[in-house]
Amino acid sequence: MKAPPFHYHAPDDLASAVALLATLENARVLAGGQSLMPMMNLRLAGPDHLIDLGRIADLRRIEETPQGLRIGAMTTQRALEKSDLVRRLCPLLAEAVALVGHQQTRNRGTLGGSLCHLDPGAELPVVAAALDAVLHVAGPAGARRIAFRDFPLDYLTPSLAPGEVLTHVDIARAPANSGAAFLEFNRRPADFAIVSAAATLTLGVDGRITQAAIALGGVSHAPVRLAQAEAGLIGARASVSAWESAAHLAAQSPCDGDELYPADYRQELSGVLVRRALAIACQRAGGAAHV
Amino acid sequence: MNERHGGGDWIGRSAARVEDQVLLRGGARFLDDIVMPDLAEATFVRSPLAHGVIRSINCDAARALPGVHAVYVFADLRRVLTQDAIPLALPAGGLRFDVDPTCLAIDEVCYVGEPVAIVVATTRRIAEDAAALVELDIEALPVVVDPVEGLQPGAPEARLTCPDNLVARTKVDYGDVEGAFEGAAHVVRETFRLNKGGGHPMEPRGVVARHDELTDQLTLWNSTQMPHRAKAMLVATLGLSERQVRVVTPEVGGGFGTKAVFHPEELATPAAALLLKRPIKWVEDRFESFTASIGEREQIWTVEAAFEADGRLRGIRGTLVYDHGAATPYGIALPFNAATNLIGPYILPAYRMLIDLCLTNKTPAAPTRGAGRPQGTFVMERLLDRMALRLALPRDEIRRRNMIAPGQMPYTIPVKQRDGSMMVYDSGDYPQSQALALKAAGWADFPQRQKAAREQGRFIGLGLANYVEATGRGPFESVSVSIGPSGQVVVSSGATAQGQGVKTMLAQVVAQVLDVAPQSIHVVVGDTSATPAGLGAYASRQAVTAGNAAFAAATLLANKAKIAAAELLEASVEDLVIREGVVEVKGVPGHGASLTQIARALAGTPGFALPGNLPPGLSAASDFMTSGLSYTNGCHLAEVEVDPDTGGVKILRYVVVHDCGRMINPMMVEGQILGGVIHGVGMTLFEWMRYDREGQPLTATLADYLLPTSDVAPRLEIHHLESPTPLNPLGVKGAAESGTIGAPATIVSAIEDALRPLDIRVTQLPVTPPQLRKLIRDAQSSELRP
Amino acid sequence: MFDPRPIKLTVNGKTIEATVEPRVHLADFLRKQLALTGTHLGCEHGVCGACTVLVNGATARACLMLAVQADGCAVETIESVASADGTLHPIQAALSRHHGLQCGYCTPGVVMTLLELQRESAGSALPEDKIRTALSGNLCRCTGYQGMVDAALEILG
Repeated sequence: MKAPPFHYHAPDDLASAVALLATLENARVLAGGQSLMPMMNLRLAGPDHLIDLGRIADLRRIEETPQGLRIGAMTTQRALEKSDLVRRLCPLLAEAVALVGHQQTRNRGTLGGSLCHLDPGAELPVVAAALDAVLHVAGPAGARRIAFRDFPLDYLTPSLAPGEVLTHVDIARAPANSGAAFLEFNRRPADFAIVSAAATLTLGVDGRITQAAIALGGVSHAPVRLAQAEAGLIGARASVSAWESAAHLAAQSPCDGDELYPADYRQELSGVLVRRALAIACQRAGGAAHV
Repeated sequence: MNERHGGGDWIGRSAARVEDQVLLRGGARFLDDIVMPDLAEATFVRSPLAHGVIRSINCDAARALPGVHAVYVFADLRRVLTQDAIPLALPAGGLRFDVDPTCLAIDEVCYVGEPVAIVVATTRRIAEDAAALVELDIEALPVVVDPVEGLQPGAPEARLTCPDNLVARTKVDYGDVEGAFEGAAHVVRETFRLNKGGGHPMEPRGVVARHDELTDQLTLWNSTQMPHRAKAMLVATLGLSERQVRVVTPEVGGGFGTKAVFHPEELATPAAALLLKRPIKWVEDRFESFTASIGEREQIWTVEAAFEADGRLRGIRGTLVYDHGAATPYGIALPFNAATNLIGPYILPAYRMLIDLCLTNKTPAAPTRGAGRPQGTFVMERLLDRMALRLALPRDEIRRRNMIAPGQMPYTIPVKQRDGSMMVYDSGDYPQSQALALKAAGWADFPQRQKAAREQGRFIGLGLANYVEATGRGPFESVSVSIGPSGQVVVSSGATAQGQGVKTMLAQVVAQVLDVAPQSIHVVVGDTSATPAGLGAYASRQAVTAGNAAFAAATLLANKAKIAAAELLEASVEDLVIREGVVEVKGVPGHGASLTQIARALAGTPGFALPGNLPPGLSAASDFMTSGLSYTNGCHLAEVEVDPDTGGVKILRYVVVHDCGRMINPMMVEGQILGGVIHGVGMTLFEWMRYDREGQPLTATLADYLLPTSDVAPRLEIHHLESPTPLNPLGVKGAAESGTIGAPATIVSAIEDALRPLDIRVTQLPVTPPQLRKLIRDAQSSELRP
Repeated sequence: MFDPRPIKLTVNGKTIEATVEPRVHLADFLRKQLALTGTHLGCEHGVCGACTVLVNGATARACLMLAVQADGCAVETIESVASADGTLHPIQAALSRHHGLQCGYCTPGVVMTLLELQRESAGSALPEDKIRTALSGNLCRCTGYQGMVDAALEILG
């Protein structure tokens, strides 16, 4: 099928993009096009105006900041995958981004596109949730920051006001003595996850856990943080039983399901993936290999 | 034969394919690559509901859109049609209702995707814009989605014109079935639900229709497996003579059964072209492939098997419910194939399978690679595994005890086939096939490897299955071979090519006789004007039928060339051989006449006699008529690892022993096995055409319907046996579907083995992780924790 | 034509200036406006990989990229892969040798994917699992992938 007709705009700068988006009726932002274009080709989406951010050079960058990483929204997934900076400062993102689709789609798909599209099975929103990413948005009323946890409003719906554009994302650098792991379960490796789990752990000098973050994807319209499980890990010693406790809470976390992958199955997967991700994260943090 | 008659050494060689060069360069001409002046493009307005009555279709807005040439509904096209329906159904005694499809829905729609109107415009995108403006008012009717429910009393009618949904009833029945069960030492019972899947060639279907006023000829370029049948349909439905219709296949990007059936668009498009008086192209998009192209696989089997105390089969009986879909685009042979293929390489003394075909409000069903046989094999192999487990017999041993011995060949099973003949296995060594496979896969030491893996917390299993496949279905195929004054060898056949390497196969066979390079031979397939009679690609038949026809035609041509050469060379025919395209006197290299020279001589010179008083032209034609089906067989072994926590399955290793008789091109035979097995892997673990309760398709994109990808497809190890069939001169049997047939049974056997000692019984295809996880959970996972 | 746009790009090294409708994707532009029909469409929703081309050296689904987005880009298609004298690229030749194609519909996309892989690997040997992962974005229904994996292993392994 072919996309329905639309007007095309390719502004060179952010201000023009915001102005277009704020003034045109039924306008949509085109980032990498790896989600929007299929929907348009299937005639499930029919914007009257497409505003292509591809010509705005500012939106493609990966920079080290005192806090960590600043990544432009139009940075391709492939650029993240290849970036030494990302590997060094944010190994969780590096691990997850390699699991996004196929190389042919990562070459064009962007960080911003994935975060704004908010597919429940997507990898990058789960990373953003686990790492408390801060999103920077530009709009007619100026710029603002949004904590990722406040970003998803509903299924495929980000908290963006009319005319607002995601410009860049701040991600804190992984602390010393920390480890992270991203695991997902799917039928074929490049598919969207049925359930995915991101975990980070930091170990103190005494071997006790000083920081933990766990996020699940595929269980709801947006990534879910497991606050109770995280709290339970703080102060605990790295151990199989610690992972089991967290996994138990993960498996009890409320979950959506469908006929093919019912909620109870996704909950089981949540438990399994959290247990495994924590063990790997701990090992990467320098913890004992046997746990 | 080479010693005595000359000829080449091409049969049996993995020769480079004649098809590859142009495909690799991107220069091949597929259907959508065809362009011509004034070519308009079409799309179809399709039913959004699974069942309903059309109240009105308002095309005004669509017709008014700039760039739109026409919007036609059935009443418009009817003006050029001789009859409402497309007379597709193959003859079958069991058929109770006539549910031939129509090229556009008349007043009732019976599945989502059924074409209702055709929109023709300057471009496809404008046609789609216009299609969106067609106002379709359909009154929804109750739907039948599940074929078992559809046969219950009080079920809604899938078609208002049929009093119930039992569109056909047939059976396989022989031996003393009651007696087999009365005296049985053991009986196993099971119900299997095998779900819908499809062929899904990477190139969707498509047609270009052009009527030439000057010659009054309608040409249909058609991405089809059966152009001659398509032509017959056009002749019948458009009221044209054979001379007025030509169907040509361009390069075809895969078929797998999907393109064997004549679909409504193959008539609607040329009918529209006749009305509009301009050429029209329609290319199926992927959403249409999922909703408008045939698929199959959905069968529900309730079976029981009676065994002797030592594990030998006494009899099998049961019922098979088959999802026929909303129309009869083919015949009712598919579930019959499934039921008869259950027997496989085993001695089954008594057998009764009652087969009910249920009309449903889903896309019509017709054969897809395997054509019901994977299902039948799956059921038999599951029953054997169940019995082995109960008797504590090794799974290979129960099979060995039941196998037909090579000394019993030909082996007759008292089942009447479509052509009225009995089912006769012609050749094959089933015990040797299994023995070789077991050895190759390390069956004997697998228990130790499994134990070692279990100690590391890994759950691996080895599964096996045996199967046969009836190949080379008749009644005939035609080939002509000709060499003109240019010296070009041209082979024309009613066979068709969708990627199997049919052109290479025919070229190799002809090259064998004429001793020329296959690459130098020009092969024409899939053109009704090049070969008056033909059938095409179905039932793994073309190497058998067209291959032997090519061999016979080339041999006739060679003999004619020798007679002509005998006169030209003043030699005796018996002393002549063909070497490198030259007819020469045996033992006197250099003293000969090239085939080109002979072709020139036989082209005739005004007023002069033809050499040898031969009829003109260096050409010959032959029809190969089958005298029975040739049975390919094989044994598959798969090693899998199951993650009991997630229900995930990974295939670690896959071994195939395959016997399709003599191989013309072993590389291409292996290509067929590889593609077939991976199709079977899809059927077992990934592919499932799902519908909701309203008959809405849930998996109508390639993101939702999961085809196997390179990272989940296992590497295959293939071994060959060659038991030539006595049924044709080349001794060849078909190879195109057998890979698919063995895979589901093999992989599921391995999954169950990986999870022992739990008595997991997989009764559904595909095996999805949540279902497997549920089986594991239900079987008390305490024993499984590493 | 709705909202026609002029674009200028290079395709297989040749500078092309054209006017396109914004909704026309790169694959349709190549196929219909430039008659480069070696780039095939198998799904138009970005899954099958038959339409894979190189854009500025990186593989892209040509059905998910608008022709207007290619303005200023360098596009390479299957038609550019063999030498001008007709000699097949080693990847193409290996695919034939290993029976890595049957119907050939997915083949152009497969070749473009392997071409990117070859350029990126810059001579370092790739293991089979990496090759299988790279090819997982190209669906093939005929070959079971083994022939194309073996071809890639011969060239890149």
